[in-house]
Amino acid sequence: MFDFLPVDFLTALVLLPTVGAAVVFAMPTERKQLARWTALGISLVVLVMTIGLFYDVQANPPDPGQWAFEHRAQWFPLLNSSWHVGVDGLSAAMILLTGLLTPLAILVSFEIEDRVSQVMALFLLLETGMLGVFVALDMVVFFVFWEIGLVPMYFLIYLWGGDNRRYAANKFFLYTMAGSLGLLLATQLIGMTVESFDIPVMLQKWPTYNGTGGEILGMDTAYVKYYALLGFTIAFLIKIPAWPFHTWLPDAHTEAPTGGSMLLAGVLLKLGAYGFLRLAIPLFPREWVLERSLVSLQYNLVDILGLLAVLGIVLGALAAWGQDDFKRLVAYSSVNHMGFVVLGLAVAALMYGTLWARNQNDYSLLAGAAGIDLTDQEQSSRTAAQEKVSQLYPDVQIIDDRENAVVALNGAVFQMFNHGLTSAGMFLLAGALYHKAHTRDLRRFGGLWDIVPVFGALLLFTSMASLGLPGLNGFVGEFLVVSGSFKAYPVYVLLSLAGLLVTGIYILKGIQKLLHGPVNQEWVEYDRTKHRLEITRREVIAIAPLVVLMLITGLYPSWMLDVINSGVVRFLSGG
Amino acid sequence: MDINWFDADYLPWLILFFPLLSFGIIVLFTAHSRILSQVVAMTGVCVAWLLSMIEFIKVVWASDAELGKEVFGSTVDWMTLGVSTFKMGVLVDPLTAYMLLMVPLACLAIFVYSLGYMRGDPHNSRFFGYISLFAGAMLTLVLADNLLMLFIGWEVMGLCSYLLIGFWSHKKSAYQAGVKAFMTTRVGDVLMLAGVGYLFLETRTLSFRDILYDEAVLEKLVNTPSVLFGGSAAALIGVLLVMGTIGKSSQFPLHAWLPDAMEGPTPVSAMIHAATMVSAGVYMVVRMFPLLSAGADFHNGDFSTPMIIMGLVGGFTALFAAVLAVGQNDIKRILAYSTISQLGYMVAALGVGAWVAAAFHLVNHAFFKALLFMCSGVVIHSMEHGEQHAAEHGHDPAPHAEPDGLVMDYVAPPNDVLRMGGLFRKLPITAITMAIGGLSLAGFPLITAGFWSKDEIISEAWHGTTEGYPLALFVLLVLATAALLTAFYTARMWFLTFWGKPRTAAAEHAGEGSQVSWRNLWARLRRRPAKATDPGEQLTALQMEIPLLVLAFLAIFAGFIGVHTDFPLLGDLDNPLHEFLSGTLIEHPPVIDFDWLPVLVSVALALGGLAVGFVLYGIRPLAKAQVDPTERALGPGIWQALQNRFYIDMLIRRYVLRPAEHVARKIVIEDIDKDTIDGVLESVAEGFIWLGEAFKRFNTVVIDGVGDGIPRAIGDFGSWFRQVQTGRIQQYLLVVTLALLIIGALFLIQVG
Repeated sequence: MFDFLPVDFLTALVLLPTVGAAVVFAMPTERKQLARWTALGISLVVLVMTIGLFYDVQANPPDPGQWAFEHRAQWFPLLNSSWHVGVDGLSAAMILLTGLLTPLAILVSFEIEDRVSQVMALFLLLETGMLGVFVALDMVVFFVFWEIGLVPMYFLIYLWGGDNRRYAANKFFLYTMAGSLGLLLATQLIGMTVESFDIPVMLQKWPTYNGTGGEILGMDTAYVKYYALLGFTIAFLIKIPAWPFHTWLPDAHTEAPTGGSMLLAGVLLKLGAYGFLRLAIPLFPREWVLERSLVSLQYNLVDILGLLAVLGIVLGALAAWGQDDFKRLVAYSSVNHMGFVVLGLAVAALMYGTLWARNQNDYSLLAGAAGIDLTDQEQSSRTAAQEKVSQLYPDVQIIDDRENAVVALNGAVFQMFNHGLTSAGMFLLAGALYHKAHTRDLRRFGGLWDIVPVFGALLLFTSMASLGLPGLNGFVGEFLVVSGSFKAYPVYVLLSLAGLLVTGIYILKGIQKLLHGPVNQEWVEYDRTKHRLEITRREVIAIAPLVVLMLITGLYPSWMLDVINSGVVRFLSGG
Repeated sequence: MDINWFDADYLPWLILFFPLLSFGIIVLFTAHSRILSQVVAMTGVCVAWLLSMIEFIKVVWASDAELGKEVFGSTVDWMTLGVSTFKMGVLVDPLTAYMLLMVPLACLAIFVYSLGYMRGDPHNSRFFGYISLFAGAMLTLVLADNLLMLFIGWEVMGLCSYLLIGFWSHKKSAYQAGVKAFMTTRVGDVLMLAGVGYLFLETRTLSFRDILYDEAVLEKLVNTPSVLFGGSAAALIGVLLVMGTIGKSSQFPLHAWLPDAMEGPTPVSAMIHAATMVSAGVYMVVRMFPLLSAGADFHNGDFSTPMIIMGLVGGFTALFAAVLAVGQNDIKRILAYSTISQLGYMVAALGVGAWVAAAFHLVNHAFFKALLFMCSGVVIHSMEHGEQHAAEHGHDPAPHAEPDGLVMDYVAPPNDVLRMGGLFRKLPITAITMAIGGLSLAGFPLITAGFWSKDEIISEAWHGTTEGYPLALFVLLVLATAALLTAFYTARMWFLTFWGKPRTAAAEHAGEGSQVSWRNLWARLRRRPAKATDPGEQLTALQMEIPLLVLAFLAIFAGFIGVHTDFPLLGDLDNPLHEFLSGTLIEHPPVIDFDWLPVLVSVALALGGLAVGFVLYGIRPLAKAQVDPTERALGPGIWQALQNRFYIDMLIRRYVLRPAEHVARKIVIEDIDKDTIDGVLESVAEGFIWLGEAFKRFNTVVIDGVGDGIPRAIGDFGSWFRQVQTGRIQQYLLVVTLALLIIGALFLIQVG
């Protein structure tokens, strides 16, 4: 497939938008339509390529240790870094999401009249950044694209954003850069230590690496690994964004132009979760589940991650409820929804560590992961520990729990995809209204149902998908996360269900404050004299694919879940 | 693939598909046309009903030999997780077949009635779209072969109830009631979701057949310790599922939404109270009963935790709601509380293991409650005309202005039974059919369906009591008391509405302009001039009354299929229902011995309650400006408390919702996000700025002192860099793009 291309398929996929960006950027400023349609055309070509890629992975999911579309070329020999790309089920799903949302964001951004060629070029550049992260199998490549994604977004907010755009853009940039710093340092550390930046190589060598004489760069290995893990984790948590690293998000989302918000919520947030799956979890299987103690409290980092997830779910929902700005409400809903992703990741990390411990025959680690208390004597004697652990946590049980983790992680990744669809849809609608009414203040709306029936129907539909109504896409992911996590974290699950309750409240609040109530004469007048409030045909075309996918995915999740499942099974195939 | 869609295995797909298709067509294509939307909706529900009848006949036909062992159904692969595949499918076993008798028929009746009732509403198409979806969701729920598909139907119905209760969304009270319904039931729903999730985790399947008909699976669930709260996994799952029913079927303490649900158009109330929504809640626990009772030998007094909860909650709700129903003046609110109370009967019945009786009462209740609501709709409709007339002519205006939003003790004038009276002569058909429905609700002996099913519940509770089970005694006592109250408030409602003389001008002119009478129709058929001349009104009358007659028939005759075999005379009907439904369970529920005592108690209670009502309101009907004797008897304090629903709604609002909103607005957004998190970040930022200033000072003082060469270089670099950093996007972009292209080109050269 795709053998006719002069370069490797993934390379072409990643570079095509950049080439397109250069072309669009070179267009004269006054040829607005040309720039718009060229950008759209290029992104549609990319979409076709991503669909091809997706179905190819669906038909032939790569085995563990293998990668689909794998390609390696020399790049930075000095750094031991090479251009190494490839995909599996997890990245294929995200790549399809990227390919899908970019043209829609571009289509919506036709509404921008100012510096058109530049804004279109930025969108294409952003697409390169996102796709690059998802295909990267080399840490340097990963990091480069991670940063490339940041720049266009910054400018989209800074130059085309709302009233408070400078503050929002700078906050976004600094926040993410601060995270990237840790990521960069940790990457370099690992890369230098294992003498390769190749991700598969790193994944193989680093978890078992013990340093020279138990030390790395003169420091205790355990400490170094712990801080390296923090470097990765914080960068990814900021991106997701998990509580309490989320405060950049409402500002950035609210101020970004509609197309920017769509991609920000739809794809960029997933980079963080993807980072966990590709790097943060498999690089540190031991560190995640290692039992630590604070005063007399026993915990491990996975517990903390799960706690952050629940806090995100509950507090994100409450914060969304308290908003009077529609876009902020939708923005906080991302914190709420991505919390379920993090919860699923926590369960997956726990299982990954457990499997790793089992495979390494590290029974004291396994005991910690399973919550089994070992006496000092058992700690010191390997056979005693093994005897106790295999009795209390036999392999049959591990296999059973692994299946739960498979369910939870399927849910988490599926939730990533679904949140991409629904949040993009919600931001599209929020932006569509704002673009016409020039206000997002929910207190000023109400009674719009009769003025904007089509918008109302779309809002209702998308809101319900976002709320997780069974039969639409959002539900399946949440259900799987709840089900798969129930055994590992029953209390967290019950708390997150309380958050789910509040999800209902804020979604209904949004609908009610916009649509319900007596027909709003102020807006009737506005609609007649100044600007039609009803959603335009172009916007309907842009949201239609999302709506259709929300329905299809809800009724028949298999088309997407099969690919995700192949990636998940591969991920949890034994550490 | 070659599928014969009319095969009993595949037909269920079509049954649920057609109403959903109607919804799709109306939303996408016919929303602009009322007539087309009505036609589409009616076609959908008619086809669903016809196919259900065919399916039912096929099932009864085929299942002669091994009832319930062989079931009909088919599945499709829905998703793959790990190595196991989750299948979605449909299932028709005796229980589903019995529901198929009720649901499509009740829906059809309500649809026909809606044609008349919603005539003239500007959002007519939208209405028919929503109720089609509602019917489709209920059919999905009933036909589902697994708990996940059931839950899909369950939640979609939640959405429909929200949309339809808040249908007149320009009214604050309407959308508030919609939100209240959605959120209150959602409390139960999320807990149920946890139960479904946990069940899936433990069994790796949600198929009814795989779980409920497999003793090994049930036993495993009973023997697995629960992850929370102690007890077994089966108990925790069961309790969580029961929570779902408590929300959906409006049981205490999640009952508050149902009385407000009447803010929707009356056909919606009929839909919610009878054919769909609340019935779904009870259906789910009936369906899941083998799991809920797993591990408990309840025939010998060993009740499982979910059963105890059902017994206590259901029993308490039955009595509690019956008490509240006595103290209401809004005709629909009386009916709403009666629904809550009757659902309590069913839930309590399951609590003591009266499985067949619960299902029996579920279906009978649906028939007579749909009937009662539709009758009340006719009454309200004609009272609205009367109010309009009275207002136009200036006499007896409505007592107070409509409040802004939901107010607990506000009664809309057309709904107020105290403002009615003497409507019998205006609405004879309605009065008679409503009497039939009311008698069925009250459990009037022998001739009503309600009697047989209620009697069976009470008999089972009696049986348990004689065996000495405390739970059965509790259930018996509360249900018996509730039965007395039920008969009383039913009589009160009927006599206040139809009996005596009109108490207001509105009642006197009720129905004017929309005279609903068969005499007129008869006149039209004989081509005589009718009293009301508008043919549209005549059609409306027809559309609203035919369903009443059909349901009145069922409110009487639906009960004879379940008469105890030892009952004199009628017992010869052979109690086909018990035999038929029993096939649904592995262990056939035993028929308890016939006992005269509970039957006589039931009869005495029903007749006693009706008699008290008749004495108070029938013999001497309430006159104009007279105080309601019940109000007088109870005294103002208790009456007020009843009218305000024991202040529960108010307490919830004051002590749960408001503090929660305060937490959201003040604590989460202001204190945590703005002040704490952003506060810390800003201090860090300020720290860096201070550091920068310090470096600058260091620069000027120390480095300047050392030599001018370096600073000048830095300065030059700075001014050059400032030029680069113009904030002009072109330059940034140019640099980034060039860099990327160079990288790409280098790469291509290396590859090539």
